[in-house]
Amino acid sequence: MSSAKPIVIHGGRIIDASSDRDGEFDILIEHGKVAAIEKPGALRDKSDAESIDAKDQWVLPGCVDLHVHLREPGEEWKETVQTGAEAAVLGGYTSICCMPNTKPANDSAEVTRFILEKAKAAGAARVLPIGAISMERKGSQLAPYSELAKAGCVAFSDDGDPVADAGLMRRALEWCLMLGLPLACHEEDRNLSCCGSMNESPLSLKLGLRGFPGVAEDVMIARDIELARFTKGKVHICHVSTARGVELIRRAKNDGINITCEVAPHHLVLDEQCLCSYDTNYKMMPPLKDHEDIEGLFGGLADGTVDAIASDHAPHDRDSKLVEFSRATVGILGLQTSLPLLVEMCQAGTISRKRMVDLLSAGPSRAFGLPYGTLKVGAEADVVVVDPLRSWVFAEEAVRSKSKNSPFVGKKLTGATRHVLVAGKQVVAGGELLREGAR
Amino acid sequence: MVDHLLGIEGLSKTEIHRYLDAAHSFVEVSERDIKKVPTLRGKTIIHVFFEPSTRTLSSFDIAGKRLSADTINISASSSSVKKGETLLDTVRTLESMNPDVLVIRHSESGAAHFAARNLTRSSVVNAGDGAHEHPTQALLDLLTLRQHFASSKRPIEGLRIGFVGDVRHSRVARSNIWAHIALGNEVRLIGPPTLVPMDFARAFNSPLVNVVHDLREGLRDLDVVVCLRMQLERQSEHFVPNLDEYSKEFCVSERLLREFAPSSVVLHPGPMNRGTEISGEVADGPRSLIHRQVNNGVAVRMAVLYLLARTLDPREEGSER
Repeated sequence: MSSAKPIVIHGGRIIDASSDRDGEFDILIEHGKVAAIEKPGALRDKSDAESIDAKDQWVLPGCVDLHVHLREPGEEWKETVQTGAEAAVLGGYTSICCMPNTKPANDSAEVTRFILEKAKAAGAARVLPIGAISMERKGSQLAPYSELAKAGCVAFSDDGDPVADAGLMRRALEWCLMLGLPLACHEEDRNLSCCGSMNESPLSLKLGLRGFPGVAEDVMIARDIELARFTKGKVHICHVSTARGVELIRRAKNDGINITCEVAPHHLVLDEQCLCSYDTNYKMMPPLKDHEDIEGLFGGLADGTVDAIASDHAPHDRDSKLVEFSRATVGILGLQTSLPLLVEMCQAGTISRKRMVDLLSAGPSRAFGLPYGTLKVGAEADVVVVDPLRSWVFAEEAVRSKSKNSPFVGKKLTGATRHVLVAGKQVVAGGELLREGAR
Repeated sequence: MVDHLLGIEGLSKTEIHRYLDAAHSFVEVSERDIKKVPTLRGKTIIHVFFEPSTRTLSSFDIAGKRLSADTINISASSSSVKKGETLLDTVRTLESMNPDVLVIRHSESGAAHFAARNLTRSSVVNAGDGAHEHPTQALLDLLTLRQHFASSKRPIEGLRIGFVGDVRHSRVARSNIWAHIALGNEVRLIGPPTLVPMDFARAFNSPLVNVVHDLREGLRDLDVVVCLRMQLERQSEHFVPNLDEYSKEFCVSERLLREFAPSSVVLHPGPMNRGTEISGEVADGPRSLIHRQVNNGVAVRMAVLYLLARTLDPREEGSER
């Protein structure tokens, strides 16, 4: 918590979905909270405050990422809590929820506390651990949800693996009714996906790669919708990638079921054609889709069926990608590229500014019941100042993650994070991470 | 002309005929008393087979030797792959011994492309990658057809060709399909929806390719029938109920050919399951070009190596590529 000087961010365009605000305002941050938002110039008398010039820039609530893999404990050569949390703030994320598929899995308070201690030491993004649904994520025994919640977990998930046992899923939903926390579901029927390494389509037939059909995701979404209907539990669907999946969730929402969902940016801006060269950087789970599915996802973004954009930041070392396609690990970095990719969509007109901001901040906060992602007066001062027109190259040296597995490395992106405040404390200035002493 | 031969996709009709013309002239070499020409003297070819093979490996090896190249065969079972080495390390290790060509067979689609992308000096010939491509097999099938139809003065353009059976898992079918699209031939893919899904009709972006799920309808008026190997393990993956049921519906028999495609010839890339995808009567009968295929394998691989070696020469003189 910052006891430092107050900060005024002036001259910027504040876009905040939670308070339905879009216009030029100055914002005062004091004692780690949003203290005031006034017309430009109205906070001039705060002469003791530090000032951040945000002229021609967007001032947004700090982004909230519901789906990040930090790899610590267990695979620290791929990513650590520190490198992940630093990559996050450089990408405009002030809160990140980390998935429990670490080694050991986050199925106990010890692991949760370990992650939180590492996060505190990193002093970058706020890290909110997600606990496992089943012990060791093996799908056979419930994890201690209450213990995990008390230790700081904000949701539960076996992400990376589906919960194949519907009976276990039912009991998990029922137990979590007491906690009010969602189960974040990786939806995949393994008997249908049968180790497919790309979307099943005419292209997978052409390339001779084993296909992962969209229906493998859809049938599990349908199952969990019915379980949510039956138990009244709260289901959050991770990385929806099919048009049919979006439609099922849309109908479930209309039926009043307690369900939310997220979409990953790579499923919006990349399609299965990227796989023609067998480049393993494009190997994701769920796999990249065709245009029909992508249109369905955009439909869900536009009408509010989709609650959040989540990066599914999945760092992998070079060696695990430098192998035959079907043997390569799945996943792509996302923390530093999601916001620019969304800004680009905004500039291209495929989503509105306000929707973009909602999907990156208020939406994910609503989905997990978090108090973040808003610039309402009195809220935690998580703020990101973005230059929406600034183009920059995502050079390998700019990658803060320990891993470099992204097809966007070396590519030009538009929309750059300039300043970031987490709970009122500035951690990024002028696009650079502030050194620990300076923070 | 090319640095690598990774697939038939993207080759033009002219390029295909260039391979076939070169192969045609090498057929004669293999019929001589002294079956050797000095064309590739001083060149080194390594055959890296990560998957077992009899005919493709021996045919490549004989082709290299008849061109006077030094050839080495490495199979996965005897190599460092068994010790946990990655594909990349294996091919890079081999490349540092300065071979001119690496001939690669691998069970994963895209493996030859992956190797080619990561090598700097050696040419790569794809000897079969997963269910993706097997370009030299397609070329030898075409050479076989060209020889056969030449006797009746027919070109290999304008043919109607059908592939029967497990198209889903067949690299031979894919390479052949690309070739026949380039030649403008009508292609029919025949088999049950589990092995020949309707999506195949859109997989090659060509109106020449059609999917038929009924064997009789599919065979009607074909000039060429290619029977594909049915792998026994497909039962356990639920692609077919059992081999009996499969063969009752899709085994290519003389009776059916006589009725629906009386003038057709038959190819099979081998190894055959007699009685499953092809009847013994067809395999050994007058329509069968199966032995010609094997025979042409050597000439086609000589042609591929020869045309590839021509592009290798400038590098030997020290020029940059």
